[in-house]
Amino acid sequence: MRVAKEMRDDRTVLSIEEDRIDAHNSGELKNLVLKTLEGGAQNVVIDLARVQFIDSSGLGALLSGYKNANLRSSGFALAGLQPRVRSMFELTRLHRVFDIYPSLQLALSA
Amino acid sequence: MCETAVNLDIVVPNKTRYLRFVGAIAEQLAKELDIQEDKRDALAFNLNLALTEAVANAIQYSSPTKANDSVRICLSVEDAYLSVRVFDHGKGFDLAAVPTPDFDELHERGRGIFFIRSVMDWVQYRKTDSGHVLEMRKKIA
Repeated sequence: MRVAKEMRDDRTVLSIEEDRIDAHNSGELKNLVLKTLEGGAQNVVIDLARVQFIDSSGLGALLSGYKNANLRSSGFALAGLQPRVRSMFELTRLHRVFDIYPSLQLALSA
Repeated sequence: MCETAVNLDIVVPNKTRYLRFVGAIAEQLAKELDIQEDKRDALAFNLNLALTEAVANAIQYSSPTKANDSVRICLSVEDAYLSVRVFDHGKGFDLAAVPTPDFDELHERGRGIFFIRSVMDWVQYRKTDSGHVLEMRKKIA
């Protein structure tokens, strides 16, 4: 999975450079987020602006990140969800669980 | 007599790297249908989702002794319905026993069948002579 990682002030931004998260690459995403948190990241923002499709395993990988961040008292936010990707969160009520921002810029200024 | 407009029979290795491929075929099929553009785009996404979840299930639950097994997918459009069948060679499961997820629980798994049921109009899982088949239908007219 292609992911760009950068520090923006105190936030670690993981920008997903794939148009699709499914059972083929969701395990990789889960591990990457876990390693980022284990590496000491205090505030993680996942930029999903390029993602046009996510399946149940992709949501599971993000939930894993959310739970691991909570365990470490780290921040965990999602940014830039495309409408169809957001609809998947709404269908499963997960939009009430995650901190979701319309764009990376808004997530960084929150 | 009913005329079959489209009938695709696809066999892919049971590897997750083919999920993108089968999802794209489903999207393309939806985009070829003579329906309203906004409905077509939603149908394309939903078909991609249902097929991705179904094939991922078929891969995950395929027999561990058949690592080089394949997954067969049949897509057809007939009259007012689009039908999808995904065949697997695993031990099968009881579709009726798969619960709706508890949205207050943050389990990482267990939403695939829920998504399929949410975006398709009819879903059935049954045993055949050569394994099992997950059948899904969507009304398109």
